[in-house]
Amino acid sequence: MRRDRTPVILVAVAALLLATGPFLPRWAMFLVNVSLCYGIVVLGMMLLMRTGVVSFGHGLYYCLGAYAAGTLDQVYKVSDMAVMLVAAVIATAAVSAALGLLLRKYRDIFFAMLSLAFSMILYGLLVKTSALGSSDGFNIAAAKIAGIQVAGTAGERYVRYALTVLCALGSGAFMYRYLRSHMGRLAEAIRDNELRVEYMGASVRNVIHVNYVISAVLAGIGGALAAIAVGHIDPEMAYWTTSGEFVFVGILSGTGNILAPFLGAFIFETIRSFAYEYSPNTWQMALGITMLVVIMFLPGGLWSLFTRWRKAA
Amino acid sequence: MSQILAVLIDGLIYSSWLFIIAVGLTLIYGVMKILNIAHGSLYALGAYSAASLAGYWINHGHSPMGSYGALLVAAVLVGLVAGPIIERGLLRFMYGKDEIVLVLVTYAVFLILEDLVKLVWGVDPYFIAQPYGLLGNFSVGDLTYPNYNLVLFGTAVLVGAVLAWILAKTRQGKMLLAVIHDREMSAAMGINVGRVYFLTFTAGAMLGALGGALTAPMISVQPGIGAETIVLAFAVVVIGGLGSLPGAALAAVLVGIVRAAAVHYRPELDLFSIYLVMAAVLILRPKGLFSAQEARKI
Amino acid sequence: MPVVLEAKALNKSFGAVTAAADINVAVEQDSIVGLIGSNGAGKTTFINMVTGYLKPTSGAIDFGGRDITPLSPRQITRLGICRSFQIPQLFNSLTVHDNLLVGVGIVVSGGKDWAPESRPAGTPHEAVEGMLERFGLAEYRNKPAGVLPEGVRKLLDIAMAMAVKPRILLLDEPTSGVSADEKFGLMDMVMDAVRAQKVTVLFVEHDMEIVNRYTQRVLAFYEGRIIADGAPAAVLGDAEVRKYVTGDALAAH
Repeated sequence: MRRDRTPVILVAVAALLLATGPFLPRWAMFLVNVSLCYGIVVLGMMLLMRTGVVSFGHGLYYCLGAYAAGTLDQVYKVSDMAVMLVAAVIATAAVSAALGLLLRKYRDIFFAMLSLAFSMILYGLLVKTSALGSSDGFNIAAAKIAGIQVAGTAGERYVRYALTVLCALGSGAFMYRYLRSHMGRLAEAIRDNELRVEYMGASVRNVIHVNYVISAVLAGIGGALAAIAVGHIDPEMAYWTTSGEFVFVGILSGTGNILAPFLGAFIFETIRSFAYEYSPNTWQMALGITMLVVIMFLPGGLWSLFTRWRKAA
Repeated sequence: MSQILAVLIDGLIYSSWLFIIAVGLTLIYGVMKILNIAHGSLYALGAYSAASLAGYWINHGHSPMGSYGALLVAAVLVGLVAGPIIERGLLRFMYGKDEIVLVLVTYAVFLILEDLVKLVWGVDPYFIAQPYGLLGNFSVGDLTYPNYNLVLFGTAVLVGAVLAWILAKTRQGKMLLAVIHDREMSAAMGINVGRVYFLTFTAGAMLGALGGALTAPMISVQPGIGAETIVLAFAVVVIGGLGSLPGAALAAVLVGIVRAAAVHYRPELDLFSIYLVMAAVLILRPKGLFSAQEARKI
Repeated sequence: MPVVLEAKALNKSFGAVTAAADINVAVEQDSIVGLIGSNGAGKTTFINMVTGYLKPTSGAIDFGGRDITPLSPRQITRLGICRSFQIPQLFNSLTVHDNLLVGVGIVVSGGKDWAPESRPAGTPHEAVEGMLERFGLAEYRNKPAGVLPEGVRKLLDIAMAMAVKPRILLLDEPTSGVSADEKFGLMDMVMDAVRAQKVTVLFVEHDMEIVNRYTQRVLAFYEGRIIADGAPAAVLGDAEVRKYVTGDALAAH
């Protein structure tokens, strides 16, 4: 049996990113940072897809995590990245635990639509909340990390970047272990045959609920990190098209490997930045065409290309 | 008292609009089991085409009353062109795939069409307000509304009635109901399911475009209207029960009135009152107001 | 032997259709019972009620002295009743090994919800290896369940039910879809495994040779009622059973 090199690659890439960070031009560091944020969110989408469920409303948690971070800064004047992350985790865990009680009863279209509805509720709430800037949102500045002041220092940008890399490493490592555990197998079993899982004594709804919460927390972490990296948040993060992007990257990456979401997110962000600059009116069209191509010819996502090459070799 | 009346009238106007944009979506889902996200783009295409055609008509000095015809023609053209292209050119190769995969396919089409609209019409907003004000106003008590809203209401009722009649009284309608009920069995009985799909999708596309065409005189036609509208259509269709015509009508009325009430009494809730209703309905009736029975699996 | 499963005055109707009418059965521990009857006679309805998928219109089901009538399939499985399916219900994208590992894993992670007898003796992997051997599935260990030949799928389906080490095993047409020459091999394997684990078995069958060879007791169903209950030879020779279930052709034997 071939030894799985994923953990080695994960650590190696993380180490590489940390080491080369200081030498990257600003735009590249930013691109990697934002890609990893997205990748963390899509890691959660991947878990849900492996459980046989597609959420069209993960923008809810992405936005919630970002606004948890932002509110700490704006309202409570707590400008600490570490605290922001903790707040994002708590907020998304609490909300997803509650909403999961309802969502766990649904599948397929209904799950997608209900999750979409919840994200639009948050969107609507935020757009009408003038204290949080309504549809303009507001800027945030994460000045410290675990009490250490970084704003204004030379390494300020690197600290934000490194934080994201480490979070990506951590979530990747967690998901790697989780997917190889009993819960990971159970998730796939549920995707394949829910009825049988119930008949073998496990609660399908419990597993879906747990995985939903995990994916929500990951989205929240991604959102908070994105808020810290970009320095600005707005309700658009909860709009259904943002959730659609997460689904898109999930399809693009495939569910074969925990590295896939990060790769897919990086490709997505790269194309988006360049497409946006050179041809802003065809960027969505390019996305749509790519999605069709992947659905028709690469149902396992881009990652299935790697596994095919390996098998051929 | 006058506030309640305002809520009712505003609500019914909004309901009419919701019904028109939702009915095509629920029809397509009922027959083909596809939740067509691209319906939003067809709405947008209808709005833009209507704005262009009606604008051209008026600018060339023709009778402004004819602009209504232009709106209608625009909708029909969009449906007749876009519908077949999407269904024959793409969707029919995807039948048989997972429901969610089909949703993603329509999402891809939505993305493509969103940019197509930008490429053809640019990003600046279009205005085609003449048809809206042309017919004068009507009053109820001390409330005044443009008569155009009656056109909207009338169209909604007409569309609902015609569809209901087709489904109940005509042979084609019965075939449609058969396919909705059991696709395989219908095919086994000799119904040309492929042709039913083609006709249904084209009709649904026309209805979506009609929604856009009728709305064009009331709004500024600009990028993003498709995305905004499709989520509203989803909510109405899910509340009513996927694939149910009476469900869509009832849901439209429910949502319309609730939203009007929100706008009048609690404006902060306006934007998402519709999704609150959706969540509430689903908690009480998990499959929507009118839902189909499911057969035993083992 | 003590009674381990008892159905008391079970009735089930779907509108005008009577799927079960006044079913009274007491099953002894470690026995092997065959359920026969033509399609629609009520055998599968009976299994579905015992496993909690359907609720009887009236009547009760006792398992080890406990009323299990209102419980869900999941709860009933945890108490120690597990079933296999007429059409194999597998996890098609998982390997055969993992299909079994999922079941063992559910027991191991389920804690005190499960009876102590359900827990595997060694590690989960050891338990799975044992099952692969016992059911002749070792050569398919790493194949995804979706690509297996039909007979192997049936074996895996039954092995999965055994993975949670139930006290009562319900098999729904274990040899249907299996070629004639493979049927006895399959049943031999299943019965060996059953005997090793001390399980009470009820199985639905249409093949009377299988019923004759492997059961100690036969229940014959017709239009929702049990029309015969006793030793295989007696039941299969019964006039009513010949008329409504097996057909007169078999009378020639």
